[in-house]
Amino acid sequence: MTGVRVLVGTRKGAFVLTSDAKRQRWDVSGPHFAGWEIYHVTGSPADSDRLYAAQSSGWFGQVIQRSDDGGQTWAPVGNQFSYDGVPGTHQWYDGTPHPWEFARVWHLEPLLTDPDTVYAGVEDAALFRSIDGGQTWQELSGLRDHDSGSSWQPGAGGMCLHTILQHPTDPGRILVAISSAGVFRTDDTGKTWRPTNRGLRSEQIPDPVAEVGHCVHRLAMHPSRPNVLFMQKHWDVMRSDDAGESWQEISGDLPTDFGFPIAVHAHEPDTVYVVPIKSDSEHYPPEGKLRVYRSRTGGHEWEPLTKGLPQHDCYVNVLRDAMAVDSLDSCGIYFGTTGGQVYASADAGDSWAPIVRDLPSVLSVEVQTLP
Amino acid sequence: MIRVRLPAHLRTLAHLEGEVQLQVVGQATQRAVLDALETRYPVLRGTIRDHVTHQRRAFVRFFACEQDLSHELPDTPLPHEVVTGTEPFLIVGAMAGG
Repeated sequence: MTGVRVLVGTRKGAFVLTSDAKRQRWDVSGPHFAGWEIYHVTGSPADSDRLYAAQSSGWFGQVIQRSDDGGQTWAPVGNQFSYDGVPGTHQWYDGTPHPWEFARVWHLEPLLTDPDTVYAGVEDAALFRSIDGGQTWQELSGLRDHDSGSSWQPGAGGMCLHTILQHPTDPGRILVAISSAGVFRTDDTGKTWRPTNRGLRSEQIPDPVAEVGHCVHRLAMHPSRPNVLFMQKHWDVMRSDDAGESWQEISGDLPTDFGFPIAVHAHEPDTVYVVPIKSDSEHYPPEGKLRVYRSRTGGHEWEPLTKGLPQHDCYVNVLRDAMAVDSLDSCGIYFGTTGGQVYASADAGDSWAPIVRDLPSVLSVEVQTLP
Repeated sequence: MIRVRLPAHLRTLAHLEGEVQLQVVGQATQRAVLDALETRYPVLRGTIRDHVTHQRRAFVRFFACEQDLSHELPDTPLPHEVVTGTEPFLIVGAMAGG
């Protein structure tokens, strides 16, 4: 039976939430890897039974887990992430050179066509790839070797590579986003990279329109229109119509254009979702009202979606990797909060209901649409 | 036979219960014990010490005989009581947090 599997990473373990296509009754399994931080759990687009999880701990470091049966059983695979060559330095918070040091995997992105090939975005920012199902990892060091690499600085959450977008038909083209360096694009499967940040404006850096240094929080793309990209930046919601060559602001009538996640409707390439957050110093929704905003015009004009979401005394955050969509006929939208709630909408955001209310703080949400 | 006691998270990761008993070839040192432990449980590589440099992870501690051996050199012989199995070699997640 067609259904969905929601993969949730939290501060204290992973959870797998499953439902049939109605998305009204949910089975909750977990915590998997109890007590560990799970920055990301995701599934292969080529094999829905193949899952990967990034499990980490300040004490015991990084572990990568793999499931070959849709999350019923897991086994650790390779956890050695060694930077290529002599790593060199990037800038530290105070502007001094700081050695590149692996901290953790933030995001895993299996190749669209092969469950054994998976990219990993890590902190300190770099891109790794495994072609053997996660057993071994090699850095695509052309990214970090970019001329600007030594000038990259961490954001408050660390210098993380958190977003990896694959072109749906051209495997050579990949976009990544780094906080806080910005967006980089390769057209040769990771050998060479160039920054694609023209049009971004960040008042928090010395040159607000610098080629690199922007705190990009998240990118989203609809596979039918890969040249159109949407971005939630530290401040500003942005759009590119030329695969990142240039960006225009589309914040429009949002109550605040600060936020973390951004997602695109599965069947409507101009329907976009964000969760406005009050500010970079107050990481919660404005007025204590948890509202998802939807634009059906590709930006500029936004409508609040509130039905079923708390509209008073709500002071949670929704992190950058914690929103996802399914591809059922009536598109489902899902997001998790730092308060441990995972909300689902089976009607493209018109109404919402919590699947679970009391998980540990949610770091990531992914959805698989099951055949 | 050297007895090694692991923290709960690493026991779960390695799918083991209770202590590990290791036969160490040659002189019993931290390095020899960790080499033998990682050979038997490859999943523990990188969780106690760095894959390449073998430097102890910052929030992991080594205790034995009511002493903190964390800052001993890796090739320093372990206490006699550990070598004979009278006392366990403790790998501990450091107390941290609030």
